[in-house]
Amino acid sequence: MNALIPLPVILPILGAALCVIAARSRMTQRVLSVSVLAANVVVSVILFVRVDDDGFGVTQAGGWRAPLGITLVVDRLAAVMLVVSSLMLLTVLVYAIGQRAEESRFAAFNPVYLVLAAGVSASFITGDLFNLFVAFEMMLVASYVLLTLGGRPGQVRSGMSYVVISLIASTFFITALALIYAATGTVNMAQLSERIPELPSGVQIGFSLLLILVFGIKAGVFPLFFWLPDSYPTAPGAITAVFAGLLTKVGVYAIIRSQTLLFPPDAQQGTLLLVIAGCTMVVGVLGALAQDDLRRMLSFHIVSHIGYMIFGLALFTIAGIAAAVFYVVHHIVVKTALFLVAGLVEHRAGSDRLSRVGGLVRSAPMIAVLFAFPALSIAGLPPFSGFVGKFGLVGAGIEADEWLIVAVSLLVSLLTMYVMGRIWSDVFWGEPEDPEVAKWIESPASRVPWLMTAATSALVVMSLLLMVFAGPLYNYAERTAADLLDPQSYVESVLGVGS
Amino acid sequence: MSVLLAFAAAFLFATGTWLLLQRRLSRILIGIGLIGHGSNILLLTSGGRGGDSPIIGSVPAVDFSDPLPQALALTSIVITFGVTAFLLALGYRSWRITHDDVVEDDVEDRFIARRSSTDQIVSDTEDAAREQAAEEDRL
Repeated sequence: MNALIPLPVILPILGAALCVIAARSRMTQRVLSVSVLAANVVVSVILFVRVDDDGFGVTQAGGWRAPLGITLVVDRLAAVMLVVSSLMLLTVLVYAIGQRAEESRFAAFNPVYLVLAAGVSASFITGDLFNLFVAFEMMLVASYVLLTLGGRPGQVRSGMSYVVISLIASTFFITALALIYAATGTVNMAQLSERIPELPSGVQIGFSLLLILVFGIKAGVFPLFFWLPDSYPTAPGAITAVFAGLLTKVGVYAIIRSQTLLFPPDAQQGTLLLVIAGCTMVVGVLGALAQDDLRRMLSFHIVSHIGYMIFGLALFTIAGIAAAVFYVVHHIVVKTALFLVAGLVEHRAGSDRLSRVGGLVRSAPMIAVLFAFPALSIAGLPPFSGFVGKFGLVGAGIEADEWLIVAVSLLVSLLTMYVMGRIWSDVFWGEPEDPEVAKWIESPASRVPWLMTAATSALVVMSLLLMVFAGPLYNYAERTAADLLDPQSYVESVLGVGS
Repeated sequence: MSVLLAFAAAFLFATGTWLLLQRRLSRILIGIGLIGHGSNILLLTSGGRGGDSPIIGSVPAVDFSDPLPQALALTSIVITFGVTAFLLALGYRSWRITHDDVVEDDVEDRFIARRSSTDQIVSDTEDAAREQAAEEDRL
């Protein structure tokens, strides 16, 4: 199994290189990138199954022993994130090919997209804090290019603030790394997990806060989220879906990993994270309520749901972290599906403004169905997967006697329901409020390519499968949480027993 | 030496932060460059005291300077360099579009802020459309 571990990074990078060589032929590029991402899905699933049996998969790049060389680790958390992310990347690529927009216009799309895939996988499997930085940069640089592909004025404007904010976060990361290395003399996460508890408690808390700041900017938590609803909606349709589904979740993954692995319980910032979680939920959903642009509304809504994941982590109990892990998986699938549907609406109605579009339930019943399932799921209605996640979170919150955050999360669920209801009544019910939209819907140019619908349907089916297999998946999440709260096993499998 | 480096890093961070708070992309870029240098100096100092070049067999291993922070700093320099080049290209594109490199406000944000209540959405957009139509008639 260990030979497979580097593949989710190596395959996309190789694919990207070949795509650059094949820049002349879009068809070759498509075949290459789809097959590379499909291979990634297969590798991830194999890793997922094997890791659940063995517990950990560790490989040392170049054969250098652990604290010296570059360590790649796949544990249960990394494995499940790999599976979900590779599935999302593949589906969205198929959607982008069907859309015949940016993908067919720019030769850079496919290679850069594959670099993004490699960066996302690398952030999940790295066992080294500095390599986490490198993986983040790989992912971010690819995202800069994808965000500004086309160079329209709106993209350039929001691209500038996105790049600057990300660069500031990266500089903080480098600064944090320098300070951590100066204090401990290592950047290997397993070794850090042994050495950080030996530091004075003030220094530990300082590092913990610094890393929360760095990853909080990427995850888009309150009060560091302002860049997110501004930049995501300007990206090309399919790209927004990947950003929305994956990039913020990589930040959440890094927060979960660093808080549980690196810091001993007395340096973990439970209370602070609970406050952040509550504010993130409320501010995000209120922001979403005020919007008129469908994709902006959904972008604000991502922020609100990041709060739920942080809430689960902040409890630092098995129940809480298990619910958070389940919620991350659920949210990646459902949110990506919602953004793909937003793309379908824009294609079908020629606009994604709530004040202009209307009546799609009659003119495009298929899109309405594809919207309804993920929307109900994200609002947390039983029996959908969102309900399972929220039920777990609320249960864990009650168990830990954190009544305030439980009340806030329930209130925010209601508001989420209202946001989804508003989208439904404005976009799908009534009549188109703008005559241009009505005219566009009648024209043949508004017909949605079948590949776009197929990719979206695949995601919606995946979100329904999450509901059907919620039981086994939840048990898996609980095993993951147990692993995360016992960093000793991670350390032993990386450094060897008794080191 | 280390005190000097610490002061240099502090100075770079301070001036870089001030420049970052400006509205023009060219100044923000210089600010990012300075902060980047500051953090690289911090990385270099994190390796402890300087020593001889770490080549096995040349000097006893206790006299080596720590090579890892230098490798890390090198990686981070390369990354900062690439991203800065990208930002410059973006700034140039912005200058070609608007003849300016001021980072503008979010238009949609101002649009939302102008709406005082949800009831006014429709009438506001209608008003705006009517005003625009009237203006086009005049031209």
